[in-house]
Amino acid sequence: MIQFTVNGQPISVEARPMTRLIDVLREELRLTGTKEGCGEGECGACTVIIDGIPVNSCLIPIVQAQNTVITTVEGIAVDDNLDPIQKAFVDFGAAQCGICTPGFIVTAKALLDNNPKPTRREIREALAGNLCRCTGYQKIVDAVVQGMGSD
Amino acid sequence: MSPVGTGVPRADGPAKVTGDALYVDDIRPTGCLYGATVRSPRAHGKILGLERDPNFDWNGITVVTAEDIPHQNVVFLMTEDQPALADGLVRHVEEPVALVAAETRDRALAAAKHIRVILEDLPALLDAEIAENHEIKIYGDDNVFKRITIDKGGQVENGIVIEGEYRVQHQEQLYIEPQGMISVPREDGGLTLLGSMQCPFYIVKALAPMLGHKRMNVVQATTGGGFGGKEEYPSMLAAHAALLTLKTGKPVKMIYRRDEDLRATTKRHPSVIKIRSVVGEDGTLLQWDASIIMDGGAYNTLTPVVLSRAILHLTGPYRCANQHLSGVAVATHTPPNGAFRGFGAPQAMFAVERHMDRIARHLDMDPVAIRQHNLVVDGDISVTGQVLTDTGAQVVLDQALEAAEAAVRTPHKHPGGGIGRYARGRGVALVFHGCGFTGNGEAAIKGKVGLELEGRCVRILTASTDIGQGVETTFPQIAAAELGISVDRVSNAPHDTANVPDSGPTVASRTCMVVGGVLQEAAKKLRSALQAETGLDTNDFDDLLMARTNTIPLRVQAEYVDSGKFIWDNDTYQGDAYPAYGWSCSIVDLDVDLDTGEVLYRRFVSATDVGKAINPVIVEGQIEGGSIQALGYATYEEVVLDDQGRMINDRLTNYIIPTTLDSPEMITRIVEIPYTGGPFGAKGIGEIPMDGPAPAVAQAIEQATGVVLDILPMTPERVLAGLEIST
Repeated sequence: MIQFTVNGQPISVEARPMTRLIDVLREELRLTGTKEGCGEGECGACTVIIDGIPVNSCLIPIVQAQNTVITTVEGIAVDDNLDPIQKAFVDFGAAQCGICTPGFIVTAKALLDNNPKPTRREIREALAGNLCRCTGYQKIVDAVVQGMGSD
Repeated sequence: MSPVGTGVPRADGPAKVTGDALYVDDIRPTGCLYGATVRSPRAHGKILGLERDPNFDWNGITVVTAEDIPHQNVVFLMTEDQPALADGLVRHVEEPVALVAAETRDRALAAAKHIRVILEDLPALLDAEIAENHEIKIYGDDNVFKRITIDKGGQVENGIVIEGEYRVQHQEQLYIEPQGMISVPREDGGLTLLGSMQCPFYIVKALAPMLGHKRMNVVQATTGGGFGGKEEYPSMLAAHAALLTLKTGKPVKMIYRRDEDLRATTKRHPSVIKIRSVVGEDGTLLQWDASIIMDGGAYNTLTPVVLSRAILHLTGPYRCANQHLSGVAVATHTPPNGAFRGFGAPQAMFAVERHMDRIARHLDMDPVAIRQHNLVVDGDISVTGQVLTDTGAQVVLDQALEAAEAAVRTPHKHPGGGIGRYARGRGVALVFHGCGFTGNGEAAIKGKVGLELEGRCVRILTASTDIGQGVETTFPQIAAAELGISVDRVSNAPHDTANVPDSGPTVASRTCMVVGGVLQEAAKKLRSALQAETGLDTNDFDDLLMARTNTIPLRVQAEYVDSGKFIWDNDTYQGDAYPAYGWSCSIVDLDVDLDTGEVLYRRFVSATDVGKAINPVIVEGQIEGGSIQALGYATYEEVVLDDQGRMINDRLTNYIIPTTLDSPEMITRIVEIPYTGGPFGAKGIGEIPMDGPAPAVAQAIEQATGVVLDILPMTPERVLAGLEIST
């Protein structure tokens, strides 16, 4: 039995130790906001936050999730109120087809939690592990800047 | 304020940022099985049989072969040449030969691996340049899918002859969501097909000959990118999922793994283009002869239409009295190439723009000056005899140069600025793009849009799907503006063929411009219907609603009506090739790392004529995204094939698309030269951003280093090789 916390909820699952975290999230817990684009840690669509660090959930065997705290895209908004990053993604047109968007939101959230005032360059560096084919990234970077707030 | 022309936040935004939006792999019908595909390991061969590994546990595995197909073994598109499952013969590597279904994805994938296709190898023809009339036959008796020639004017006796050859490669659409489809049996013996797609009605037409009936409805799931890659290929997945459902009686889900998607699905057509020009000493184009050979792959798919668009863009946005264009699309034993944003134009435009650079180099002219000197203006006659009006070549060039603060350039033949190991360059490319279908395509299709009144709200019934380009937002904006109501009272109904009329496919930059126009007509019809019902003369929508005495849902439908203004002869290729043209200028600033040959993008500026930006934020997003996809085409994206035509770099670790760090900051300028036939003046915008960046990059590399590259992609290896030659 592997125990961890997802979006504030304690979870215990029975799974083979090498089962991928993404499969547990999507198939067992039905948290389908986490997307699979490549299955080998290149596209970042499956990014989740584990103990404050953004990681590709397709590369994490579930055994490594033991006793961790995990946030998926479903856990970013609080009580149906969009996080400022999410709101900025909507307002700035940073989500087009949207399949990469959960990964970008989660990565940006981890960035701003750790570095509340990143430069545009630091934003681009933080998001370099997430691939988007629709936007050209300009509006995504703009949205993260907006998501920082002005204070 | 009118909802048109404002950056209304996307209707699908909130569901996409919270993870609530349901893509095909997020949907799991009860009792759903998983499908997988057994594919040909070779390019060309006779199928002798299928061998199941006796040591594998086949319990619970269903296998489908060509023998299980109820009627015709065909996935119908333009022709009937492509089978759903190879029967007797394989014509390209990775061609589907058999299907399996199992209770879990892992079991299905494992079962597919344990079926061996036993083949007798036949000689394979992989080289498009020798395919025509080759003794190895793939298609017809000459391996030609389509041949087109267009001639205007005659031969020029005097002038400077300049000739060049240009080569462009495969490109993968690389939607981040791989292809996926679910087939669900219906109680009436029919099927529901639910998946990731651009064109729901294509699937109905594609599957009807195979199933022998049309008892099916096709539903678009939220779709994670298409770029043309989900125009025709989803019909193949739908056929496969349907066959597995027919045999098992259960819902079946098929989701491609990324490596499978890369190896098996359609790509942009590789092409070789030759241009022979005759110019005056001042750079005036006197004669322009261009020819193209396009590699269609093993089956016809949409190749003839891609060739058509390529040819019609082979003149570039330039005036010339004597133009002779020809092209041939041929068959090879490689996976079929198909639709990809730009649809032949990016290939043509790379060659045209590089050739303009070649002329400038030869005459020692500035690349901008040669374009300025020859660009088309109102009243010029195109190669097909179309009188051009509302041309925007000059204005987008001026606007882009102004935005880039680039009125004065250094001569291109001197290496640019930069310091130490970096050489700095700037490139400018000018392109045009025919909006919508070629010729009279719209009159043949007659796209339809419905509108339904539901209380105070209006629902749009259309088969035009949102693949990220914003239809769920821009269509409500168009209808709301016409009706004079707020945009939040209008929404698109789910794109289910059981419930929406056939609006035509979601392709060719036609959705906003053409289907949006039909939608505007439908909105007028809805208002007229309300006026007739209430007897009121007002245009005020709420007054009309107030006067309604019943609450019966009201439904109207409009259909594309040919204005008769555009005349096109598809046999002679004479007439009005496109109802409207978009214009765009791309300016790229880059550094070339002289030690590694790597290109580092510094800034990308563009000015693009969009007719009217229904939603400027969405339009900017289209231009920016398309431009970065095109920068990938320019320097990163390379499909490497082995001796069987199999893509060997079938992963995102070795098929490289631009990341945040590869992509420059962008300045995007929208130019609006209205097209009177489009809703509120809108033109197509989806594809034109793909056309200009690659040649702009080539020119910038040349300016920075003196290295002339007339081939894509301009990889570090090719840049370095050029630097070694030039030193």
